[in-house]
Amino acid sequence: MVTTLRPKPGAPRNYRFPIFVHEELPNGIRLVTAQVSKLPVVTMLILVDAGSTNDASGKEGVAALVAALLLEGTTRLSGAEISEKFEQLGASVESGADWDSAFIKLTALSDQLQDAAILLGEILREPAFPDREVERLKAERLAEIMQLETEPRGLADEKFSEFLYSDDSRYSKPDEGNTETVSSISRTDVDGFFRANYRTQSTTVILAGDITVEAARELVTRAFQSWPSGSADSQKLIASPRATRKNIHIVDKRDAPQSELRIGHVGLPRKTPDFFPTLVMNAVLGGLFGSRINLNLREAHGYTYGASSYYDWRRGPGPFVVSTAVQSDVTTPALREILFEIERIRDKRISGEELSLARDYLDGVFPIRYETTGAIASALATLVIYGLPADYYDTYRNNIRAVTLDAVLEAARRHLHPDQLQTVVVGDARVIRDSLGDLDLGELQVHQQ
Amino acid sequence: MRIPVETFRLDNGLFVTLSEDHTAPIVAVNLWYHVGSANERAGRTGFAHLFEHMLFQGSAHVGSNEHFELIQRAGGTLNGSTWLERTNYFETMPSNELALALWLEADRMGELLPAMTQEKLDTQRDVVKNERRWAVDNQPYGTMLEKLQELVFPPSHPFQHSLIGSMEDLSAASLDDVAQFFATYYTPDNAVLSIAGDFDSEEARTLIRDYFGPIPRGKGKPPLPSMTLPPVFGAPLREVVYDNVSLPRLFMAFRSPIFGSDQYYAASVASALLGMRKGSRLHRVLVRERQIAADAGAFTLDLAKGSDLLVVDVMARPEIPVAQLEEEVEHEIDQLHRDGVSESEVKRAKALIETDLIASLQSAGERADRLSMFATYFGRPELINEQVNRYRSVTAKHVNDLVGERFGENNRASLIYVPREGVESEDMLEAAAGAR
Repeated sequence: MVTTLRPKPGAPRNYRFPIFVHEELPNGIRLVTAQVSKLPVVTMLILVDAGSTNDASGKEGVAALVAALLLEGTTRLSGAEISEKFEQLGASVESGADWDSAFIKLTALSDQLQDAAILLGEILREPAFPDREVERLKAERLAEIMQLETEPRGLADEKFSEFLYSDDSRYSKPDEGNTETVSSISRTDVDGFFRANYRTQSTTVILAGDITVEAARELVTRAFQSWPSGSADSQKLIASPRATRKNIHIVDKRDAPQSELRIGHVGLPRKTPDFFPTLVMNAVLGGLFGSRINLNLREAHGYTYGASSYYDWRRGPGPFVVSTAVQSDVTTPALREILFEIERIRDKRISGEELSLARDYLDGVFPIRYETTGAIASALATLVIYGLPADYYDTYRNNIRAVTLDAVLEAARRHLHPDQLQTVVVGDARVIRDSLGDLDLGELQVHQQ
Repeated sequence: MRIPVETFRLDNGLFVTLSEDHTAPIVAVNLWYHVGSANERAGRTGFAHLFEHMLFQGSAHVGSNEHFELIQRAGGTLNGSTWLERTNYFETMPSNELALALWLEADRMGELLPAMTQEKLDTQRDVVKNERRWAVDNQPYGTMLEKLQELVFPPSHPFQHSLIGSMEDLSAASLDDVAQFFATYYTPDNAVLSIAGDFDSEEARTLIRDYFGPIPRGKGKPPLPSMTLPPVFGAPLREVVYDNVSLPRLFMAFRSPIFGSDQYYAASVASALLGMRKGSRLHRVLVRERQIAADAGAFTLDLAKGSDLLVVDVMARPEIPVAQLEEEVEHEIDQLHRDGVSESEVKRAKALIETDLIASLQSAGERADRLSMFATYFGRPELINEQVNRYRSVTAKHVNDLVGERFGENNRASLIYVPREGVESEDMLEAAAGAR
């Protein structure tokens, strides 16, 4: 017989987010170093203010392409030689761009870091953007876009963004571009984007792991000397909604065994003063396994393997979205339950139990999030990209604990908009369209693939 | 770099491994039950995994949705997973909540059945069917694992049937099956418990004795049928799947030495050399130089019984016909088989593997999971500290011996996905089916 008495927690041990030093080097590059010496590993994360929102209209995808092409050739080395050099050092390196930033991420054992970092410096200073590689990466992106036609999850995400934001919003198109825009990108566009955006003052180097602040400074100074200084012009971001009223779109997929559902509206920018109450509110609504939406759709009804909601935090207002996949014949009841939960959390205060679950989880899980050098570097990147205060992580847990029942209700009322919901269903229109009439989801449009 | 490892065994057979690390106030608890889809009986495919879902539905002193709630309320993360040979359950907790995680694991190991109801089983059956629709049926190439298992293992071999199971078998699962499976496999003598992170060894030992000590030993489990297989298939195997996919994709599998064996490390290096990262052979040749592939990779399944599989995975570029994809991959494999590998390729692969190995040990959950793995498969959790050296000692000769033995035409199984939409006529179907 197992003891029936539930154990009580012991005394918690103190935890502090790793101490980091933020400085500006003489050439304008900013350096953030967090020395964490548990294992002989270092993550180097280079951020450049050259994310997808910097793409010119008609050239959407160029930021992502430029970031990927950095590893595909310098004036001295071919792409194959670059891979070979990094990998002989055991270093893994990847580059890309998200909405707000371009990044190159390197993970290496500490005794190989120096050589790998010097190579990274060369890559950023002297990229060659060979024609052949530009065309190859474009073709690979076009192949990826083609894959989406048969990949319901990715297709639903993409269609949701398209139906959510106005045509002139960068957010309405995929961050890596669509067939039309990617096809139109030339080597000149690539080179031009690089020269305009990759500047010292737009760049931050983050080092997390087995390295001292002094060694980091010396290394980065050496690796990134002689780089064009200055900063890029930032573009004004448009993030207005496409529609002011509710709409529902079915993207028809014959014989789909499930419907992929996305329901939401334009959300909030990352720097909203309501960040913490909104985070806690969403945790209760759909952010946790024990959230209302997941317990309702999965554990009470068995409609799905999982259902969640989230605010996609960006510099501009990213989407708020409820996301799930349900078996086709319960599409309408599942949508009804989601609408019910969005209304319910705006209608009445959540219970004290629900609040404590969300707060205790977000507070308690905090140290677990920063176990690896990669996770610490990403956390520091969040500070840099969104301009959050240096004590953000030291005050995070108190800020979570300070969220009240009333603050959650207020966040739900201010930041959930049932009257603006846009719904996308990727599924079999024959099975679902008739029953949808029972729901007040706005005008129905069916899109053939 | 050495991970400390202590072990002991309770009288009821539970094997325990402990690994202290006080750098952060985090502790990981990890349980491996030595049961997976391989142990399922005929007509009950998918049951081991469905059963894993039932373990989150409460136990004698834990309510229906309480398992998740109690862990998350404590600031912990948790999950479970099912594989061919094992099922694992794991939590990472703030270190002052170690007792809670252990107690929850003990309650469901000791007294799961009082909490089982038909209603819970029915709901989880629906959840799992939706998991199958989501991850397998409505996902391009989602059937890869089950198609591959069927292609490469002989009928009635324990690895031959689907892990997620068929809809029909999932429908047939009953509460009696739950009770029987629990009594047979979820016993302390069929489990390994690992704890890694910030805890005191003496306190942990006391908690483990108190919570797990009273659980009775099992009555033994039925032995698996013989899993031994010849080192090679004997002849090329091939299956073409016309599916709702956009691009042709070839999975080529090789029967390969079991996880943990001396030869396994050579196979693992061969796999990395072929398909790990952009400097790998297949990526360099097929994606970068020849530009016939959108992506290329390789991996091993890490099966510890009978035989393992090394799988090469190449996705065609849109304009490339299936026959060409297959031909060019075959050509690369032929060349590897004939000419062997270079020292420098082996060095690259080993360097990448070593960095990944060390970086992965940063997380307490990973450390605990690997300790459980080595304890379950080999009774030796301390093998976690030998991995770097095992890889370092692999030479080009080892890899060449392995490649010579395993990469010939008599040991290739090709599973080829062909876009259904692209196949417009019977002629094309035949051409694709006959391509070689």
